[in-house]
Order: sequence, then C-alpha cells, then structure tokens
Amino acid sequence: MTENSLNENQGIEAVSWNRKHLLDIDDFSTSEFDLVMKTADVMKDVLSRPIKKVPALRGKTIGTLFYEPSTRTRSSFELAAKNLSADVVNLAASSSSIAKGENLIDTVHTLEAVGVDVLIMRHPIAGASHLAARYAKSSIINAGDGAHAHPTQALLDMYTILKHKPCIQGLKIVILGDSRHSRVARSNIWGFTAMGASVTLCGPRSLLPVGLTGQHAVYSNIKLETDISLALDGADVVMALRMQKERQSAGLIPDIREYVAQFRLTSERLAAARPDVVVMHPGPVNEDIEISSEVASGPHSVINEQVSNGLAVRMAVLYLITGGNKE
Amino acid sequence: MEPIIILNREDIRRTLGRMAHEIIETNKNLSKIIMIGMRTRGVPLANRLAAYIKAYEEARIPVGVLDFSLYRDDLGSRDLQPAVKSTSIPSGIDGKVVILVDDVLFTGRSARAAMDALIDLGRPSAIKLAVLVDRGHRELPIRADYVGKNIPSSKDEEVQVKLSETDNLDEVSIYKNSEAGKCL
Amino acid sequence: MSSSILIKNGRVIDPAGTIDRQADVLIRNGLISNMSGKGQFEDAAVDQVIDAEGMTVCPGLIDLHCHLREPGQEDKETIKTGSEAAAKGGFTTICCMPNTKPPIDTAAAVSYVNSIAARDSAIRILPIGCITKNRKGEELAPMYELAQAGVVGFSDDGSPVIDASLMLRAMQYAGPLGLPIIEHCEDLLLSGGGLMNEGDLANIFGLPGIPAAAEEIMVARDILLAKNTGIHIHIAHISTRGSVEIVRFAKKLGIKVTAEVTPHHLTLTETAVAGYNTNAKVNPPLRRDDDVQSLIEGLNDGTIDLISTDHAPHTTSEKEQEFGLAPAGISGFETALSSLLSLVHQGKMEMVKLIEAMTVAPAGILQGRFGKLGTLSPGSIADVTIFDPNREWRVDASSFISRGKNTPLHGKTLKGKVIITISRGEVVYRLDP
Repeated sequence: MTENSLNENQGIEAVSWNRKHLLDIDDFSTSEFDLVMKTADVMKDVLSRPIKKVPALRGKTIGTLFYEPSTRTRSSFELAAKNLSADVVNLAASSSSIAKGENLIDTVHTLEAVGVDVLIMRHPIAGASHLAARYAKSSIINAGDGAHAHPTQALLDMYTILKHKPCIQGLKIVILGDSRHSRVARSNIWGFTAMGASVTLCGPRSLLPVGLTGQHAVYSNIKLETDISLALDGADVVMALRMQKERQSAGLIPDIREYVAQFRLTSERLAAARPDVVVMHPGPVNEDIEISSEVASGPHSVINEQVSNGLAVRMAVLYLITGGNKE
Repeated sequence: MEPIIILNREDIRRTLGRMAHEIIETNKNLSKIIMIGMRTRGVPLANRLAAYIKAYEEARIPVGVLDFSLYRDDLGSRDLQPAVKSTSIPSGIDGKVVILVDDVLFTGRSARAAMDALIDLGRPSAIKLAVLVDRGHRELPIRADYVGKNIPSSKDEEVQVKLSETDNLDEVSIYKNSEAGKCL
Repeated sequence: MSSSILIKNGRVIDPAGTIDRQADVLIRNGLISNMSGKGQFEDAAVDQVIDAEGMTVCPGLIDLHCHLREPGQEDKETIKTGSEAAAKGGFTTICCMPNTKPPIDTAAAVSYVNSIAARDSAIRILPIGCITKNRKGEELAPMYELAQAGVVGFSDDGSPVIDASLMLRAMQYAGPLGLPIIEHCEDLLLSGGGLMNEGDLANIFGLPGIPAAAEEIMVARDILLAKNTGIHIHIAHISTRGSVEIVRFAKKLGIKVTAEVTPHHLTLTETAVAGYNTNAKVNPPLRRDDDVQSLIEGLNDGTIDLISTDHAPHTTSEKEQEFGLAPAGISGFETALSSLLSLVHQGKMEMVKLIEAMTVAPAGILQGRFGKLGTLSPGSIADVTIFDPNREWRVDASSFISRGKNTPLHGKTLKGKVIITISRGEVVYRLDP
C-alpha cells in the first residue's frame, strides 16, 4: 500500500477473504459463501452492460491447465478472466501426458516461469489440485479433480438457487443420478449442507455413495433414496447429473434404457415436487437420458441461467483470489 | 494528536448549499444533469446536493451510485481486495452532464478510476467533479469543478469526513496520523 | 572372531524364556554366553561393556516381510541401505519379498541376493521366493529349486495369486517342502482401481474405495485351501476386523494358519490420507479405528502371530505425484519399533507381547533353519537389540538411512528409540550420542 493513497482508502471496506487457492468449498464459512454471492452480483451487473469488461485484473496472467477435455468450463473461466482484463494462456494437456509421466509439479513451475498468477486446473485424479497447490507460488483454482470437487460449479449452483429462492436453508434439494462418481455432487453437498438445506441423493444404489458409516457429519445428514417418486416429493430444487455412458460398460447399471425407465426426470415425475421447483443440470445435458427435453427446456429449468451465472461467479472468484500477496 | 475540527454540521450545510448554487449557476440546463455519488461518502453528499438544488430551483436531479473498485489502480497490490458493491445509475448517462461527487479529493486516483468506470457505462456530454474537501497532493492532472473547502494538509495528516448518513455525525476534521503509510 | 560384550543393568526381555527382569547379558564368540542377575559378571573379563541402564534389552528383531528393491530398483533401496536402515530400527534378521526386477523366482536370483547380502549387509537377510514365475500368477515357480537355494517361504507379494486352482496346486506342491505360503490377500476385481479404505473419508476425498471384503474374501479362500491341503498359510499384512475374525475361526478349527500385521495398520487410520498424503497410501490401505482395535485385540489374544514391517521404500519423486499415480508403500524400518511402543505406552499391549511378536514369533516361522534366533537363551545367536523405551525423538524422513523417505510419520514425535543393535555378536548400529 502506498502512503499516497492513504486518504483515499478511507472508508474502503476490504473483503474477508484470505484464500490463496480455491481447491474445494468444504471449509467455507457462510460469510465466505455470502461474499462470493455478493461479488458475483456485481459481476453479473458488469455482464449486463454494453461494455462487459472491467480492468480489475489488468496485467495478471491466468493459465488454464486442463488434463480433461472440457470446452464449457474452460471457456467460462477464460471469458471470466478476459472480462476482468487478464491475459489468458491455455495449456491443453491430455490425459495421455499424465500417463507419459509428465510431472505435474514441473508443469506448474513451468507455467509460473512464464508468469502465470492464477492457474485453473482440471485433472482426472482426485487431489491433483491439492498437490499442485502444495508446490505452487501462484494461486490454484480447482476446476475439477477426479471425482472429488468442482468448487466453482457448486458456487454457481448456489448462486443460481439464490436467484430463485430467498435462502438455501430449509430447502429440500434432490441430486439425481450418479452421485457416487460426481465431483459436482460432492462439492454441492458441502455447500448445500453448510447453508442448511436437506440433501437427498437419488439414483440406482450402485451409483450412490458406498460404504457410508455415518461417522462423518456431512454424510450422516444426507438421505439416500432409490425411489424417485419419494425423492422428488416436495422438492424445492432438483439437480439432474449427467449420466456417463461408461457406467454401463463398467457394470454399474444394466443399461441406459433401464436407467431412463427408472430415473429420467420427466414432467410426470416432477409433478411430485413443489410447484415452484427449480430444475438444474451442470451440463452438458444428455437430453432424454437423465432429463426429458421437455423438462430441460421447460418453465422450471434454470439450466441456461446456470451457464451465465457461472461466468459471473468465476469472475467473482478470480477477483477475490487475485487480491494481494497471500501466503 | 487530537483531531482539529475544520467544518462542523452548520459549516457543512452552508458549504453544500453554496456548492448547489454554483452548480445551478454553471449549468443552464439542469435537466441534463445527473448526480453520481462515489462510494461510500460521495453517495449521501450527492443526495444532499440534489436535495438543495430541488429546494432552490424545483429541479429533480437524478442521483446514481458508483462503485469503482474494479477500476482502482492498486488492485492486486493491496493485502485484501476491496469489497465490490453495486453500481446503480437511474437513467442512462449518454449525453448527460455527470457530476461526480466525492468527499475528499487527494491524489486524484479515485476520480480517475471513477471516470473510467463512467465511460464504460456510456458517453456523457461532460463529466464534472464536486468534492466537499480538496486537500491537495494531486498525483494526476485532475481538478475539481466544485470545491466545498480547500484544506491545505501535509501527507502525514489525515482528513476525515463524517456524515450523519454513514457516521451519525456531520463533521470534517484533520489529524496527524502517527502511522502514516499504513492503510486502514 | 567376534569380541566379547557385556550388556549391564538393562531390563532384559526374552519372551521365549519368559524372562522380564533386570539382568546382565554376556556375549562371546557370536553367541549368547550367559545371563545372570545384575552385577555378577566382571567388566574386566570382556572386551566391551555396554551400560544399558534404563534401557530394554531384547532379542534382535526379526522382520518377515520387507522390500529391499535390489536387484532392479536400486533408486528406491539397495540391500546395503535397506539393511543399514533395518539395523537402525533394531532388526537383525529381515526377509525380503521377491518382487524385485527380475523377481526372485530362480535359484540364481536367490544366490544373487545372498551374495550381495554377504557383501553389503551386516545383518541376516533371508529371501522369500516367488509362488509363480515372474509373479504372473500363471505357472508355478520352481519351488523345489528355490527351497534348496534357501528361501524361507513363497509369496507373490504385491500381487495375490488370483487363480484359486493355481493357488491350490501351489499349496499341494509346496507342502512337502515344509515352507509356508505367504499370501498378499486381495481380490483385485473387488479392490480394482481403489486407492484408500472404502468409507466416509473415501467419499469425501472422492477417491475410489477398497472394500474390506477385497481382503477378507482372499483370507477366507486361502484358509479353506490350506485346510484342504494341510499346508501352512501365512497371511501377510492383515488389516480388517473381518480378516481377524476369519483367522480366529480358522485357528479354532485347527487350520495351520499364521498371520502378521504391520506397525502402520496397528497405529494409524485412514485419516492419515487427509490432504492426499501419498505417504499414507499403502496396500492394504489404512483402515478405521474399529479395525485397528480389532488388530490389537487379535495380536493380544494370539489370533495374529507376529508383526512385520512391510517396509516398502519408494523414491520421493514417485511419491510426489497425484494420489492415484503414486505407488503404495511406507518406509517402515526406522520407525517400526518406536511407533509400536506407543501401544505399550498407551496400555494397549504388554511390552513382552510386543517383543514376542517381533522376535520369537517370526523366528518360529523360520523353524530354526538359520540357527537359534529370536531368543537370548544361552547358546543362541547373539542378535540383540537395546532400546530406550522412553526416549522421545522427532521423525525426520530426510535423516532416514533408507532411500525411501516415504513415511506418514514425518514430523511426528515418537517415544522409544533403538540405541544399539548387535548382530552375531557385533555392534552393527549405535545411536550417535
């Protein structure tokens, strides 16, 4: 802080955000959630203007390091960074480069050597971003690590819900589909339960979490339900997860048709939910598999809103994480 | 050092009244004016100036709120990012005369940031700057069009504006900051 | 020939002779010469006097299960560094698993290890031979030839023998050789892709879980095959409550089964994996408190016979990888006894029981084929470990002799430290004062 700007800092309220990295939201306080939501509101306002660009991150370099193909998340982050006037460098690494033994820590250090301040990372192995953060000087944002976490997706989902509901506390939220392998589900479970929602995971038993003993609070407070009509009964929010076709070949379900017959989110099934139910999907949607086209584009669906809110939430996260020199 | 009170409640009332008159004098077409308060204390000042103008001339001046945090030139070098707040401009600013209102004009960096923010929102026909206090020490070629009070100060002094809307008290004071250089 | 040593004033524990008292131990010509009450031997009559005041004197520790990586993976460990690390941990006999490159599945490989050991190791190294050729689980290894070359048992450790009929034939074939089959019990289809213990934490960390049943099914299968063949099956690194119960039941039926447990499964739980700590990635995985309790009970009631380290050194760069890519294993020699002493300090296990599980019990598996080991009775080989049960120290992996710095105990304070290790009457390790 320069001496000169002293007086003009009077009355400037600093944020209570001391995170260098965003790896998961498992340890977020409610005030941190609140801060992200409020900051995202400002970013959403920026996005509504004819000039959708502010100079907040001028001179910063944001790197994306994606070991899994994901045009959607990567473009969302890239656009968020550009809207904040940061420079973006994209490194597309394939899963095969992991197999070839390219060392993750070396890759992170290489990107830092060319001046990356924030590194947005997606990796097929749980904990990879934790590993990177342990050795990185730059800030690491986890854009998905294996089946573990996808914190910005959870934040944008919470943000989207809050655009339709006064608060998350007390809501009945159903996550429908393969929650066993879903990082989106896993991060959302932290966020929703932290804000006081009651969460039900619904799907075939072989795609729901396994081996739960109730030792850990976060999983002792969620419900597992294999009957979709019971799960949807009185639901405020229903989030359908993408059904990965590999689950069939892995023998976790007999076939997709059988999944569709039991668990596709249809208007008939949705009728059991509250009349003001909000229908979500992290995308990309397999239409008429996990969700019917009618519901996906119907009046309850906020799927497109999730995408545009994702941009605002990622701008908020980038803005918050680039402040100062945190250690 | 004990703060020295420069302006009390009455002084502030008179000063703002005089500034309102100056604005009326120098702007023949009041309907083109939009008053925009710079967060935080520029906002109540903008409201008060608009109220005076209405009292003197029966003209309703729209008042907006500008948060220019995202345009600051010290982002990233601060320990913590400033909390961003909403910006709300009641009508478009295209072709309008925008009067930016702030409490203290010092280095000019806030005014610079605010102007950049404004220009991203539209193309006003003119931007003018009104401040309650000008304490000197400009770092940028910026001057105010309407100044409530010039307060010559040294850099290790602090000028503090308190307003009833934000601080439950109307008062401008100056005091020596023994810890100059450390921001609040 | 070795010199004479008098170890005075120590608490001597020799579970084989049910001895636990203050006594002096006299070593001559590489053998335990005599033991007597305090102060009965003349200092002047020996070359070297060790004052073991406040310390515990016990038979040299025996490890039935470790990985020395030589030949083939000398960047992880060598016979030299591994044996020195073992001596520092109080071990005087270590049995190395055959998953080297190439594996120990021929007499030539056995004699190679033996020759390097003779050159580089001050302690006894006893190789274990493969059950199947190249550890592939397809064809039997030449078990007769391996037995002749001196292996102490057969194992494909690291991999189980998946094909039950092959395992049955291995048992039938090994039976007359009089050596145990040591099985790494894991149903690879059940554990497939798993990275940590299945349960709440695996769900929270988003890591695929390894169910307890993956181990228990193989424990049960191998016990049934051992019943069928009458041979001795030794269950390696048992880790779940269910496995303990199966072994307990099998022993009741009189089936010839023994079982071992590692120091880490006795003292750590799956929570050590938090933060994706690859140094806590081990196979079988660290389990839950309930399993740990059961393992301690099993050891106390004799269901589990002995403690083996499963010392599994890996390079730092291999461990500094994504959790899913890092190899499983813990470098255990240099912390084994110290970490296990926590069980004694916490009152969960008698000191005598702990020493028994690390000396006379593993010696029993060796059947006296390498001399009288695991005891301090007169005439036995002078392998002796002297440790201070109360000395506190902080684990610093960088100071390990082992090339494997992979320990989840780095930075932790342990109570109890090996002071002197004597192998065949020679001091092979002495803690710097």
